Amino acid sequence: MSGGLEGPPPEERASPDGRRNSQGIRIDPEVEAEPESRRAVLSALVQHEPGVLANVSGLFRRRQFNIESLTVGPTTDGDRARITLEIDEPEPGIEQAKKQLQKLVPVIAVTELEPDAIRRELALIKVDGSAPDQVGAVAEMYDGKTVDVSRESVTVEITGSEQKIDAAVETFGRFGIHEIVRTGTAALERGTRKTT
Amino acid sequence: MSERTTKQRETEETTDADAKGGDGTPTTVTSGATSTVRALENAGIETMFGVQGGAIMPVYDALWGSDIDHVMMAHEQGAAHAADAYNVVSGRPGVCLATSGPGATNLVTGIADANMDSDAVVALTGQVPQSMVGSDAFQETDTTGITAPITKNNYFASDADTVGDTVGEAVALAGSGRPGPTLVDLPKDVTNNETDRDPGMPQTPETYTPQEEADADAVETAAHTIEAADRPLLLFGGGVVKADASEEARAFATEYEIPVVTTMPGIGTVPEDHDLCLSWAGMHGTGYANMAINHTDLLIAVGTRFDDRLTGGIETFAPDAEVIHVDIDPAEVSKNIHADYPLIGDAGRVLEQLHDALPEAPDADEWREQCQTWKTEYPMGYATPDDEPLKPQFVVEALDEATSDEAIVTSGVGQHQMWASQYWTFREPRTWVSSHGLGTMGYGLPAAIGARLAADDDEEVVCVDGDGSFLMTVQELSVAVREDLDITVAILNNEYIGMVRQWQDAFFEGRHMAAGYSWIPEFDKLAEAFGARGWRVDDYDEVADAIEAALDYDGPSVIDFHIDPAENVYPMVPSGGANDEFALSEDQL
Ligand SMILES: Cc1ncc(C[n+]2csc(CCOP(=O)(O)OP(=O)(O)O)c2C)c(N)n1
Ligand SMILES: [Mg+2]
Repeated sequence: MSGGLEGPPPEERASPDGRRNSQGIRIDPEVEAEPESRRAVLSALVQHEPGVLANVSGLFRRRQFNIESLTVGPTTDGDRARITLEIDEPEPGIEQAKKQLQKLVPVIAVTELEPDAIRRELALIKVDGSAPDQVGAVAEMYDGKTVDVSRESVTVEITGSEQKIDAAVETFGRFGIHEIVRTGTAALERGTRKTT
Repeated sequence: MSERTTKQRETEETTDADAKGGDGTPTTVTSGATSTVRALENAGIETMFGVQGGAIMPVYDALWGSDIDHVMMAHEQGAAHAADAYNVVSGRPGVCLATSGPGATNLVTGIADANMDSDAVVALTGQVPQSMVGSDAFQETDTTGITAPITKNNYFASDADTVGDTVGEAVALAGSGRPGPTLVDLPKDVTNNETDRDPGMPQTPETYTPQEEADADAVETAAHTIEAADRPLLLFGGGVVKADASEEARAFATEYEIPVVTTMPGIGTVPEDHDLCLSWAGMHGTGYANMAINHTDLLIAVGTRFDDRLTGGIETFAPDAEVIHVDIDPAEVSKNIHADYPLIGDAGRVLEQLHDALPEAPDADEWREQCQTWKTEYPMGYATPDDEPLKPQFVVEALDEATSDEAIVTSGVGQHQMWASQYWTFREPRTWVSSHGLGTMGYGLPAAIGARLAADDDEEVVCVDGDGSFLMTVQELSVAVREDLDITVAILNNEYIGMVRQWQDAFFEGRHMAAGYSWIPEFDKLAEAFGARGWRVDDYDEVADAIEAALDYDGPSVIDFHIDPAENVYPMVPSGGANDEFALSEDQL
């Protein structure tokens, strides 16, 4: 095969010692550790129109952002909806996710919520109906309530942080869980701070 | 464009296309379709490219009587690429049209291509009537669903009264901020329904507000960093072309005497024969550009997205450099390469801001000398031994020689694309028209058609194509003949999908699986069958004459250059390698 060029070969070239990590940040390779990921809650105000949700979820899938939960619902303005997203990413990934989200034309504004923001999730947990009183007592422990009872099953409704729901699910496990549904996190800033 | 010559239809007085109206008055709005056309007229659209079909027929019908020229393409992919190149060359949005279903899916490659290269392409697709959407109707596809990931934004028009506004918005959005493709899906009931609403002037959505000017403090800090740099390097990407910021880019480089490398889409932002210009960097970029990238201590990157074909391995990219990154799209900043100094804004505007903030040139004599040394150490070149077949680099240089500085070059994808970009000396922006991000074989010929219609008459349009790439969209030659377009296609014919063959030689122990054409058409004769002119060239002494004849011919011409099938492209940075690890020959890979 031909097409070769002249010049010093690769091994004769002086190469700098510097390095970047996989995020493209210059590092000292001696001390660099794997970047740690963290949980971030993003809130996006979007045009309330068909395709927006598909677009947002498609974006997170195709760019391989680790998405933990996604909820969407209308706001008081009929033209706008709010999407709450929880993601688990190293720092540069969180920044990228925000920017990519913001870049979608129907997305009006994006913010990352403060760590102390109000975060709530709703779960409906359907357990075996053999011990309704005990189920009711546990539900109360989690500030939940029984919303449906039949001979075979009891369904309770719990709201709270993701951790609280996780704990409740574990506790209800001993009754035998038939079915469960969780909404994913909805979140707003506390006090006078605006979410978007 | 020019007098009809060999066309069989010479005797016909008029064609349908000539009969089609256009009396200088804007289209009267009576329906969703006429509103669509009126919106395009309001947006200043003069030319569009497309293919007819059931669901888009109302829009086509509304074009009868409009001043907008329509070029009937052979395949919708060709329409999208032609619209794309029209945009690259003119800076104005390129518009393509297709029917629903297969028409729309045939556009997809071209839309994805435009998306990767940030080209302002507007696609209008027909759709089945809304009452049938979701029923798997004849020629129904979920076009907005399919194209959502490859458009800047897309729209499903649902109302005849507002469809014109939507089309206007799609045109305005495609060309503003960071350009990109948009699409409007047009259900047939929407285009057929009555309305008399004039859509008015096109507008971007109120919530779309790209930042034009960078933060003043950030500019100040970046300027100080430039002044203090020992080995500053400018990296101009396609964003400089999009922003029409070549002038600012040249002024900045020359005033502060900072060496320049470009990306492939950034070719032409500065004249490649300028002392400060090191040509383009990346996988097949020049050795000197890649050395400079690797050794700079301050990379001033403007309008680039740090594609992996530019950076090679992220870990070893410009490892000693701080990075100033100027871009209008914040999402590109620190996406692949961390920006120490992000400057969000329009390329031209931010370069002016930097210019105003930078009193003194950096003290970089030694560095400039070093860059010149690399130029002499790693020259681009090739030998032309008598006993070997024609070298492709020679053909590219001969074409460059025979054409003006303003000549426009389109290409397919493969080795020929690399030789064209390496051995053609580009001096002007918007003269190198290629498929960079998507790497779409078949781009070259339809792109030449779009380029021809966007270019001035005195600018030659040359498509440097590969045999494989040519075969992917060869049907568009019929369009060039019908429209009598003066383009010259130069096929660098190695009877291989050569770039694949090169990789097989380097990385698959020479097993040429599905890389060679055991038989290939005679392209000169194929061209003649289409009604174009064709030549075949095998020897050095025929090259200049064939080029002259083809350029002289006032219509589409094809030269089939049979080149050395064994020729490979160098330098080559192995994928994922460091820029300064470029191989100069196969044994270095
Ligand atoms: C549509 C498409 N299919 C496949 C490829 C993969 N590919 C890249 S280069 C290449 C060879 C191109 O052959 P040719 O056009 O003859 O160019 P050459 O490399 O021989 O100059 C192929 C198959 C591609 N880039 N695009
Ligand atoms: Mg080939």
